[in-house]
Amino acid sequence: MPGPAIDVQDLRKRYPWSADEVGLNGIDLLVERGTVHALLGPNGAGKTTTIRILTTLLRADSGTARVVGFDVRTAGRAVRRHIGLVGQSAAVDEVLTGRQNLLMLGRLNHLPRPAARAGELLDRFGLAEPADRKVATYSGGMRRQLDLAASLIVEPAVLFVDEPTTGLDPEARRDVWSSIEGLVEAGTTVLLTTQYLEEADALADRVTMVAGGRVAAEGSPDELKARVGGDWLEITPADPADLPRLWDIAARVGEPVDRGGLLAVPVTDRTRALVTVSAALADAGLDPLDLTVRRPTLDEVFLQLTGRATDPNTEPRTVPEATR
Amino acid sequence: MTTRTPDRIQGRPPESLLGDAWTVTRRQFWHWRAQPGGFAVGLLFPVLVTLMFGALFGGAIAGPGGDYYSFLMPGIFVMAMLFGLETTMAGVNADASRGVTDRFRSLPIHPSAVVLGRCLADMIYTVLGLLVLMATGLMLGWRWQDGPAAALTAVGLLLALRFALLWVGIFVGLVATGAETVAAVQILVWPISMLSNIFVDPATMPGWLGAVGSWNPLSATATATRELFGNPTWAAATWVNENALLLAVGWPVLITAVFAPLAVRAYRRLEG
Repeated sequence: MPGPAIDVQDLRKRYPWSADEVGLNGIDLLVERGTVHALLGPNGAGKTTTIRILTTLLRADSGTARVVGFDVRTAGRAVRRHIGLVGQSAAVDEVLTGRQNLLMLGRLNHLPRPAARAGELLDRFGLAEPADRKVATYSGGMRRQLDLAASLIVEPAVLFVDEPTTGLDPEARRDVWSSIEGLVEAGTTVLLTTQYLEEADALADRVTMVAGGRVAAEGSPDELKARVGGDWLEITPADPADLPRLWDIAARVGEPVDRGGLLAVPVTDRTRALVTVSAALADAGLDPLDLTVRRPTLDEVFLQLTGRATDPNTEPRTVPEATR
Repeated sequence: MTTRTPDRIQGRPPESLLGDAWTVTRRQFWHWRAQPGGFAVGLLFPVLVTLMFGALFGGAIAGPGGDYYSFLMPGIFVMAMLFGLETTMAGVNADASRGVTDRFRSLPIHPSAVVLGRCLADMIYTVLGLLVLMATGLMLGWRWQDGPAAALTAVGLLLALRFALLWVGIFVGLVATGAETVAAVQILVWPISMLSNIFVDPATMPGWLGAVGSWNPLSATATATRELFGNPTWAAATWVNENALLLAVGWPVLITAVFAPLAVRAYRRLEG
């Protein structure tokens, strides 16, 4: 089948009557077959709304959206034949066992041997042992795995995964990641949404950053990181009077900005920057309160790429907790 | 970035409404087996209500003649139909809030299959409950007097009422925002069943309240089934009372005509 897996043009959706729902103000999206594409953005960016429109659960006001060539508006049933959805809350039946959940979905997909398929998926997602226990007894990570297995009953051409690891502990998160990587090796196209930069970085071939129902940036993770400028070196002076001298030192590795009494410099080579600045500080006999290098936060990436904070109601944080 | 050929779409037989609905119904059987306590309580609760009203109030409230249980049982059958609405609503609401409904809706199955499967399961549960309740009635001295054909017609009217309320349950379960709404309806079924001729004669109520009570769809089904079972009824010479059979068919038809389309639309919820 030729053509992209997902092709979205100027998708719009408004919720004039609801303050809770997130609208779309013209989303464009192109996802090639056999790739993992991440929709990256904060809460309220419109990620879930986009997913719901693409999976035919919601109708857009205007714009076109095609999934494997079928229009989601006019060929909803054809779209549903080719997709799988892993929603934000694990959409599994807690009263049933893991095996019963998969068996039921196998039957609803008219598989010739649903029981065999259920067993196969339980093995593949590491759920063979708890297979016959009620899902209510599963951990968050196990539920996610079952949820993923459930959406793969018929191995869809395109799998939509809405915030796969939100609320999971790091170990469960890694398990989910490797499951998603396994899917891609089998040829499935994956569109996932995430609030985590590192998740998009780890999984996605391409990333679309969304904010306020619009596309803020699009590219491979490397391209985006290059545009953001990588790490930040931060110097917290012990005495505000030191600020001018510290500024001169910081200027040796980049262009510093003043963030409320704290100096921040975007740097490309974190180690070299740290060594240069430490040496210069020692030479000058300056002993700042704190000297640290850290990755940009999602807020900063957005600030840099869009010129505004992710949440219009809050100013960008001047002193991230991570530095203390 | 590599592009691989998806070899995934397996040949599937065309979707079948009845087959898919049956799969959803079987899911409900699994639920019953996994929660035998809830299953039993749902069946036995109307029995408890029967004993409560029969034994506690039966001595004080007079029926229209004959044994109080002969009068009470058809009323309790009707009340059980109304209680069934809670089962439907709570189940539908739990599925919707957990995302199970969204998963069903993203499947290539007939759009009505999930609703129909729920319908079938709830009707089976209702028949089981009615059998338990009728057996209880028989033990307490209640009898059908006018032969099996009339008795079966009465059962048909009860199931018609339950079927109509099922759509109300699906609709409310889908639009309800949370467990609070479900709880509110669970409380409301009590005044709704009291405000009818199930326990007392609406003629003894204040004027306007009595009118509401006699026009209550539950009253129509109660009167019609009492007549068909050959059990005592209130002898009110009102139009509603004399046309109870007509109303016992008309009300469920009307309720279904209003709420079935609403329920199906709420389920598809494409405008959400």
